[in-house]
Amino acid sequence: MSTTVDEMSRRTGAMSSAELSGERESRATVGDVTVANPRMVCRDVDVWYGAKQAIKGVSLDIGKNEVVSMIGPSGCGKSTFLRCLNRMNDTIDGCRVTGSIQLDGQDIYDKGLDPVPLRAQVGMVFQKPNPFPKSIYENVAYGARIHGLTNNKAELDELVSASLQKAGLWNEVKDRLDQPGTGLSGGQQQRLCIARTIAVSPEVILMDEPCSALDPIATAIIEELIDELRANYSIAIVTHSMQQAARVSQRTAYFHLGDLIEVGETNQIFTNPKHRLTEDYITGRFG
Amino acid sequence: MNNARAAGAPPQRTIDIVNASLKRRYAKERRFRLLGLGAVVLGLLFVALLFADIVGKGYTAFQQTYIQLPVTFDASVIDPEGALDPETLRRANYAALIRKAQREVFPEVTARRDTRALGSMISVGASSHLRDMVLADPDLIGTTKEVWLLADDDIDMLVKGHIDRTLPESERRVKDQTLGWVERLESEGRIEKRFNTIFFTHGTSREPELAGIAGALMGSFYTLALTLLFSFPIGVGAALYLEEFAPKNRWTDLIEVNINNLAAVPSIVFGLLGLAVFIGIFGVPRSTPLIAALVLSLMTLPTIIIASRAALKSVPPSIREAALGVGASPLQTQLHHVLPLAMPGMLTGTIIGMAQALGETAPLLMIGMIAFIVDIPSGFTSPSTVLPVQIFLWADSPERAFVERTSAAIMVLLAFLILMNLTAVLLRRRFERRW
Repeated sequence: MSTTVDEMSRRTGAMSSAELSGERESRATVGDVTVANPRMVCRDVDVWYGAKQAIKGVSLDIGKNEVVSMIGPSGCGKSTFLRCLNRMNDTIDGCRVTGSIQLDGQDIYDKGLDPVPLRAQVGMVFQKPNPFPKSIYENVAYGARIHGLTNNKAELDELVSASLQKAGLWNEVKDRLDQPGTGLSGGQQQRLCIARTIAVSPEVILMDEPCSALDPIATAIIEELIDELRANYSIAIVTHSMQQAARVSQRTAYFHLGDLIEVGETNQIFTNPKHRLTEDYITGRFG
Repeated sequence: MNNARAAGAPPQRTIDIVNASLKRRYAKERRFRLLGLGAVVLGLLFVALLFADIVGKGYTAFQQTYIQLPVTFDASVIDPEGALDPETLRRANYAALIRKAQREVFPEVTARRDTRALGSMISVGASSHLRDMVLADPDLIGTTKEVWLLADDDIDMLVKGHIDRTLPESERRVKDQTLGWVERLESEGRIEKRFNTIFFTHGTSREPELAGIAGALMGSFYTLALTLLFSFPIGVGAALYLEEFAPKNRWTDLIEVNINNLAAVPSIVFGLLGLAVFIGIFGVPRSTPLIAALVLSLMTLPTIIIASRAALKSVPPSIREAALGVGASPLQTQLHHVLPLAMPGMLTGTIIGMAQALGETAPLLMIGMIAFIVDIPSGFTSPSTVLPVQIFLWADSPERAFVERTSAAIMVLLAFLILMNLTAVLLRRRFERRW
């Protein structure tokens, strides 16, 4: 932990000296943050952890049927931003969010808004696969059960198998649905978590480094899956792998120390970044 | 690291330095391991000593001496009117039958003082045994039957060898005359040791041979059942609220500190509290399982809350995030996912708390559980005592026969404690889930 902090401060030091020597760069977002048909609209989002500001005035749209990837060095706030989108940050003590985040025109930080149905609309897949220590079937069925999405056992069975099929896991587990989800391999567990998320038919799926704990083969399967899911869902994915961002996403947002530095078509970001920080990062000069 | 040494003149290979220190390091490790082993062996030794002492003193209490006498169920004594009225049968003078039977075995004993000594060899409880026989089977009236009758505790001690027969008469509790009678009965095969069922079926008594732990066991059972009923839901609820729902601020910090302090408060203080509040203000009847359970619940609550909070803390946050992520409400997250995972730890804590409550004496003395209660309690509000208090009372009694009964009661208590702790271990093994 302390090494990370050390590293962070060293990095920051290096940055400021570079900035002092070179031209002062604007931290205003480069590129167009809007899309033609947005599902989520975020404007001037600030996030504080106690007195520390983790996100500084970030505006970003997430369009329908697109994959937005968020990249940036560790501690840049991309995960924090992602967790704002389904109010997962509510569970962290001392976390404060200002600005506006809208889902289909409805402000999700509105006082009267209940985060519980919101999270059914904005699903989340976490960094480490976290299936419930229950059977594979129960894992997928859980969301539908608590929300009362199905009327009988047959419908629930249908939903479970459909979700597992969409997550590309059906053929591997169809004969052992009653076995614990924790007994699957890491890649299978992560696909189980994706199946669990899509079983409640969310509109947006947030993925927080979904492949960072997986091997390259499992990663490839998940990436393929993300591409297929795009047909029905909006997806925001945080990743450390620039190759992954390039492979799965249509738009890419580069975060740096709480600022959203640059947004653009993924192709453009990786081939022709406009901001020097973006260029430094993707060419591997730091990060 | 290397830079510092590079400055020094003679270059020394790291491996040489490591090898030089290796022997010392291993010696240190061996010493430490031996020290630990010694501590464990010492601890086990004392436990073994304790058990050997208790079992050695107490195992004889599971047997009881009986004397066989040819009892004539004389109709003129039991049922002079011949109406077989149960009330008459119940009130008949069965002690007279025993005296008569003894006169038949020892016809030479006639002096009044001697017959009284002879009579004291048989327990006062023997006549009620005859009464029960007659009530169960009135056809016995008029017949003569060899009956095994409960011996008095002094005879019991003598037969079990706790009274030394070689001592001079003046230093012996049993006189030479009685000793002679006992030896004669032994040679005639009229003395026998049998399994002591009375110990498990009777309440306490002034007469050691009639004293049993059934009353105390039932009292302990009722008390523990109520304690569990009170403290488990409250404890788990409090832990759940404090750990998962309460805001983290100065108030909750204060509550946490106080709960930890309560766990360290001497138990007798809880007894005083129970006396002042539950009995003094709320008028709960004293000396009942109800008041004992209230006091013991107060005492075990901190243990349960602390264990439950630790169990909740050990549930990985990823499970909570997973549940919240699919849209479970905070309560659903807790009930469906966190609580089941924390349950083994909570149960372990609860059983340890219960074991503590089962063995607790001091606070119960304050609330009247020390009363001498012969009857076996029949409910939560009937007067009763509990096992450890019974042990305390017996340990205080002067009769030699109570010494072995004390040890036997301790054995029963220890058996229950071991059983409970074993359950805790098994529960933990059985329900422990990995993720």
